Amino acid sequence: MPLTRSPFPERDDRAPVTVEVTHVAKAYGSQQVLEDISLKVEPGEIFVIMGPSGSGKSVLLRHIAGLEKPSAGTITINGLDPTEPETRNRFALALVFQSGALFNSLSVYDNLALYPLEHHLCPKQEIRDRVMRALRILSIEHAVQKLPAELSGGMRKRVAIARALVMEPQVLLYDEPTSELDPVMAATIAEIIGTLKQEHDVTSIVVSHDRDLSLTIADRVAVLHHGKLLAVAPPAELKASTDPIITEFLNPKIDTANPRFKQLEASS
Amino acid sequence: MTQIQGFFDSLGSGLIMVWRALVSLPAAPRILKRVAEQAYLIGYTTLPIVTILCFFIGGVLALQAGITLRDFGAKEFIGALVGASMARELGPVMVAILLAGRVGSAATAELASMRVYSEVDALVTMNIPPERLLVLPRLLAVLLVMPVITVLANIIGWLGGALVCEYVKFIGLSADQFFRNLQSFVTVDDVLDGMIKAEIFGFLVMVIACNTGLRTRGGPREIGASVTRSVVLSLIAILTVDYFVTKVLA
Repeated sequence: MPLTRSPFPERDDRAPVTVEVTHVAKAYGSQQVLEDISLKVEPGEIFVIMGPSGSGKSVLLRHIAGLEKPSAGTITINGLDPTEPETRNRFALALVFQSGALFNSLSVYDNLALYPLEHHLCPKQEIRDRVMRALRILSIEHAVQKLPAELSGGMRKRVAIARALVMEPQVLLYDEPTSELDPVMAATIAEIIGTLKQEHDVTSIVVSHDRDLSLTIADRVAVLHHGKLLAVAPPAELKASTDPIITEFLNPKIDTANPRFKQLEASS
Repeated sequence: MTQIQGFFDSLGSGLIMVWRALVSLPAAPRILKRVAEQAYLIGYTTLPIVTILCFFIGGVLALQAGITLRDFGAKEFIGALVGASMARELGPVMVAILLAGRVGSAATAELASMRVYSEVDALVTMNIPPERLLVLPRLLAVLLVMPVITVLANIIGWLGGALVCEYVKFIGLSADQFFRNLQSFVTVDDVLDGMIKAEIFGFLVMVIACNTGLRTRGGPREIGASVTRSVVLSLIAILTVDYFVTKVLA
């Protein structure tokens, strides 16, 4: 469902963006976090990375954002290295952090206006318009003068997404965008991701635990397990997968008759 | 071996940080507000303690000098001793130590917290160099404020010394005599040397504070460890560099 209010004003200087991850590995000391990951995110695609906790999803996202360099392999955005500031600048690469990562000493307005102000993108009135448009989309315009410490976890997440929208990115990376959000707001976020694809060809890479949301919005889904890429497939194909790990992850069973559960009950 | 490696690692990252901050200097007019905020913070937090501390340091110096010089019949030189000690050594060193304890520790805590809670990463993804936004204003502010605080510290120390001379009976030196002696021995160069030291110490403290904060890794517990490391390193740096700067200025 398209948004009634477009996140970006119309722009004609935006080219489609491809993200390519080739044989990427990452180790922290002796701990291997990512192993031989190769994938290609097509222009304007919504690409979801799923997997159990500790499977390396967020680490992979940080590599794509250029925050870390892989131990082996390469990551490119339209052939350019994302760790280079010029690349990030060119594609206005934005990352929505799981924690929000808002600047605690700045008000919500200043958090959102920081990027266009620092990069002299437009006059102050236009920056104000951009900020207010993003806040309205996320239904948090009433919090414009508040400090992040005065917001709930969910509101902080919405401000973080609004901050990314103000950047008008061509590549938007989300780390658990719907955690801490109620189902209605989670649906709005899904709507925003969909609109950015449809109307602005934004390439979105989403790391999420939210199975329903991910399978609904994704063009393709990658499943990571213990730092290895198990599968990259469209949601329908993934649902039909017979791989036991994927099946278990997509259809977890809650068995209260589980022996471990019984043991705990008995011991308590 | 690991500690030596860590030292050079820290030194290298500190130099890179300073370089990146200096490269951002053309952006200084845009960060004037932040510089003013930091300057206010440095002055506001250090001045009350500097006042109390330097007043009593001046007083104690006069008292100790009075006890010793009285026996040699040279109590007229208390003014020179207190004046030169404050201007050349104690003023800048005490201000720098207080700066490390009050402002440096706070800067480390803030930057370490920003690092731990991904705020610094957010700046990087927004292509805003953390050195421009977080380090440069602090460096400029400390360079602006340190000479002013040091001169104030000197004056307050001298006042402390003069009051002790005036009111401690066994010294028996009037404040007027104290200041006349101080005036005839302490030169403008002494005060300027102290200000140069203060600039160097202030810059060092802020570089160590910012570098330690930005290099913090791990969880919230590391923030406390970084603050301790920053203060200890600053104190070592102040006293070590003091020797060499004194030698060069002499």
